[in-house]
Amino acid sequence: MTAAVLEMRSITKTFPGVTALADVSLTVAPGEIHAVCGENGAGKSTLMKVLSGVHPHGSYEGEILFEGEPCAFKDIGASEERGIVIIHQELALVPYLSIAENIFLGNEQARRGVISWNETLRSAAALLKRVGLGAEKPQTRIADIGVGKQQLVEIAKALSKKVKLLILDEPTAALNDEDSRKLLDLIREFRDQGIACILISHKLNEIRQVADSVTILRDGRTIETLAVRGAEPALSEDRIIRGMVGRDLDHRFPERSHYRGEDAGTVALAVEGWTVRHPIDHERTVVDDVSIEVGRGEIVGIAGLMGAGRTELAMSVFGRSYGRYESGTVRVDGREVDTRTVPDAVRHGIAYVTEDRKTYGLNLIDNVMRNITLPSLPKLRRRGAVDEHEERRVAEGFRTSMNIKTPTVFETVGRLSGGNQQKVVLGKWIHADPEVLILDEPTRGIDVGAKYEIYTVIDQLAARGKAIVFISSELPELLGMCDRIYTMTAGRLTGEVPRAEATQEVLMRHMTTHVRNEG
Amino acid sequence: MSPVTTEKRGSAPAAPGGGGGPGGALAGALLAAMRNNMRQYGMLVALGLIVVVFQVWSDGTLLLPRNVSNIVQQNSYILILAMGMMIVIIAGHIDLSVGSLCAFASAMSAVMMVNHDFPWPLALTCSLLIGAVAGAWQGFWIAYVGIPSFIVTLAGMLVFRGLTQIVLEGQSLAPFPKGFQNIAQGFLPETGPETNYHNLTLLLGIAIGLFLLWQEWRDRRRQLSYELDVLPYPLWLAKCAFIVAAVVVATLMLASYRGVPVVLLIMAGLLISLSYVMRNVVVGRHVYALGGNKAAATLSGVKDKRVTFLVFVNMGVLAALAGCVYAARLNAGVPKAGEMFELEAIAAAFIGGASMSGGIGTVFGAIIGGLVLGVLNNGMSLVGLGTDYQQVIKGLVLLAAVGFDIWNKRRAGV
Repeated sequence: MTAAVLEMRSITKTFPGVTALADVSLTVAPGEIHAVCGENGAGKSTLMKVLSGVHPHGSYEGEILFEGEPCAFKDIGASEERGIVIIHQELALVPYLSIAENIFLGNEQARRGVISWNETLRSAAALLKRVGLGAEKPQTRIADIGVGKQQLVEIAKALSKKVKLLILDEPTAALNDEDSRKLLDLIREFRDQGIACILISHKLNEIRQVADSVTILRDGRTIETLAVRGAEPALSEDRIIRGMVGRDLDHRFPERSHYRGEDAGTVALAVEGWTVRHPIDHERTVVDDVSIEVGRGEIVGIAGLMGAGRTELAMSVFGRSYGRYESGTVRVDGREVDTRTVPDAVRHGIAYVTEDRKTYGLNLIDNVMRNITLPSLPKLRRRGAVDEHEERRVAEGFRTSMNIKTPTVFETVGRLSGGNQQKVVLGKWIHADPEVLILDEPTRGIDVGAKYEIYTVIDQLAARGKAIVFISSELPELLGMCDRIYTMTAGRLTGEVPRAEATQEVLMRHMTTHVRNEG
Repeated sequence: MSPVTTEKRGSAPAAPGGGGGPGGALAGALLAAMRNNMRQYGMLVALGLIVVVFQVWSDGTLLLPRNVSNIVQQNSYILILAMGMMIVIIAGHIDLSVGSLCAFASAMSAVMMVNHDFPWPLALTCSLLIGAVAGAWQGFWIAYVGIPSFIVTLAGMLVFRGLTQIVLEGQSLAPFPKGFQNIAQGFLPETGPETNYHNLTLLLGIAIGLFLLWQEWRDRRRQLSYELDVLPYPLWLAKCAFIVAAVVVATLMLASYRGVPVVLLIMAGLLISLSYVMRNVVVGRHVYALGGNKAAATLSGVKDKRVTFLVFVNMGVLAALAGCVYAARLNAGVPKAGEMFELEAIAAAFIGGASMSGGIGTVFGAIIGGLVLGVLNNGMSLVGLGTDYQQVIKGLVLLAAVGFDIWNKRRAGV
């Protein structure tokens, strides 16, 4: 075997009171795609921060060898100089600058301090071609292209830095299937060109598709490194999961329990003829004449590709938080209700758990308790004031029942891991005690163990007679959890599939019908 | 900002804590509590240090009962403004108009009392109403139209300054009725037998001390009944002892001069009620949520426009009150009243722990920040440093306080 391109030996990193990494080692062979996986809080991000110099040399123990030479990066700039580039989950692009300006941000194509625009545009165009974005103009603003393309621009930016080791942190978390596939193809191409890649991902099927080997971390330790490509027998997802959680997960989804109340099956939420136009471009219909029904105790999925209008449907129903309302009615328990503002929607028992917890779900600088109680503060009032003791009891209750991993309920939410943040968002809406819960990508970017816990919570809610709308881009989880699944394409409802008939193939066909007819 | 450990009810500028419990475990718990409230304790300790330094430097003049009353009265209007400014900043906004609004409200009260012979309570009420209307005016543009608060209040700064000069016709108006002057200059009346101390102040001190102890006791009992974690018993006793000590010291200090200044009562009332609103009333919590993440707050059912509007109405009323206190202290309505007050109030809020991006801070913090500036002012005057040096030092203190905060946050890895 040739010498490793990267060797991290016995890395130990401690924060006050916490050991984030204990004796972690990671070896990446030249030109391989090396996946790193582990539950949230297992230490993946910390390890990458050590590697890229975010945690500078001296703040950790152990050593890093890159291309055989020991490294002592004092900041990100130093690691980039050596060709180690990290692309974070949250994209680091400036929305109002052009693609070309973003690619060369911090690395401007300048001669004696004066930017050469010709050079910039020419190089940018060449890089865009390499990442399969040849059709985009380098002058286009980042804000005007989709998130999938933005991800590719990030990669073009990495290429411009003469990258030798590319680190991708959850690169496909925000992408639809097609964009994900393009991205993964691209990574494979780079491998063939000799660029090594560390891929951090929760999507085990992706790892199986593209990775050459996978290192599993758990609780800040290296558990094992497994070969993926050419492994005999083929590495199974269950095998990886076992490494991540330290036990076998027999079932990825909980056994569905059933609601047996008198009103079981009666329609809790009915949306009829819902039409919404784009908030800026009023000509564009984003949600087009959509009608859905959800019964008590039922979990109803909405499947669709990126841009199908699922989130837009949910947010516009929830207090018209998106777009311009055109027509349509909402009924809760058969009664037509006014959901013109968020408080109206909440009052009528509708809750919406956002797909973007950091932007729309949480006040990251406030504590766990206050985030949980925010929508239902009026309920905690005693003689006009919020009863703090009761509030704390409520928060402690959720901490225990949902297994939110936090030292106290006074911990700042921003410091929690993604899975635990998601539990806080869910807890916040469960405490508001709605009749209808619209969950938008409730398991995005969280690890397998936490996913299972979230599924269990969702199941319990349904078992208590709540009506659940479950929006997801991951078809297996819709198939695993839902009683019925609607499909949407380009703002229209294109199918309704009962659980018994649903397979990934059937859903995918419905999700793409419209596109095929027109394209 | 943990409810178990924050003390917000004391109105007296407490001296730094005794620190170090009797046992190691206690010290640990204390340290943990301190760490959670680093910013507030940090500034309290800094305030304590400043007090000690100037107490020594001024040969004990700083803490003479007479000078303590003086500090309270000198800084009252800035402290009142700082409390309102803190809330504005928590909501994620800024208000540059408060100095001008102070001037306008004081000018209007002067016109009403001097030119039109209004009784002073009526003039005061009208001034506060004018403040509310002015605040509503600015709140309307900010909340409902969506113009950035920086712009709206910059405009307000010019508008209200101009209006002040118009109503005063460039002249000073004086004098005011005694009752009005008492808002800023008066003390609680004296009754009862001749002692060396101010009787009513002593009674008030005892009442406040008992009330605080009762509240501590009740809180603890309720927390226990909810099976929540509480401070270890000895530490809790130490906390109670500390509260008693602080109240006793403050009471004796004030009682040995002329008693409690009227304006101190006003400020204490504001501090307690605003702290309570910000912490325990739904609208106060909504202010924090709005400042922390507006999108998430709106999607949680917070009526963002209404809350923002109310925040500016509140600021308007407080600015008008501060203006009246200032006029009462000066015993005149002057066109140049309130100049630079907005900057002092903003500085106090940031020293007291506000965050530029909103969502963080306490009303109590604004008082601490205001007192840091106020004691520095007073102390530097006592030791004979000129206003030139004073400005330099205050500027550096502001920089250091916020710098410390950022350093501390980075260390904690937020």
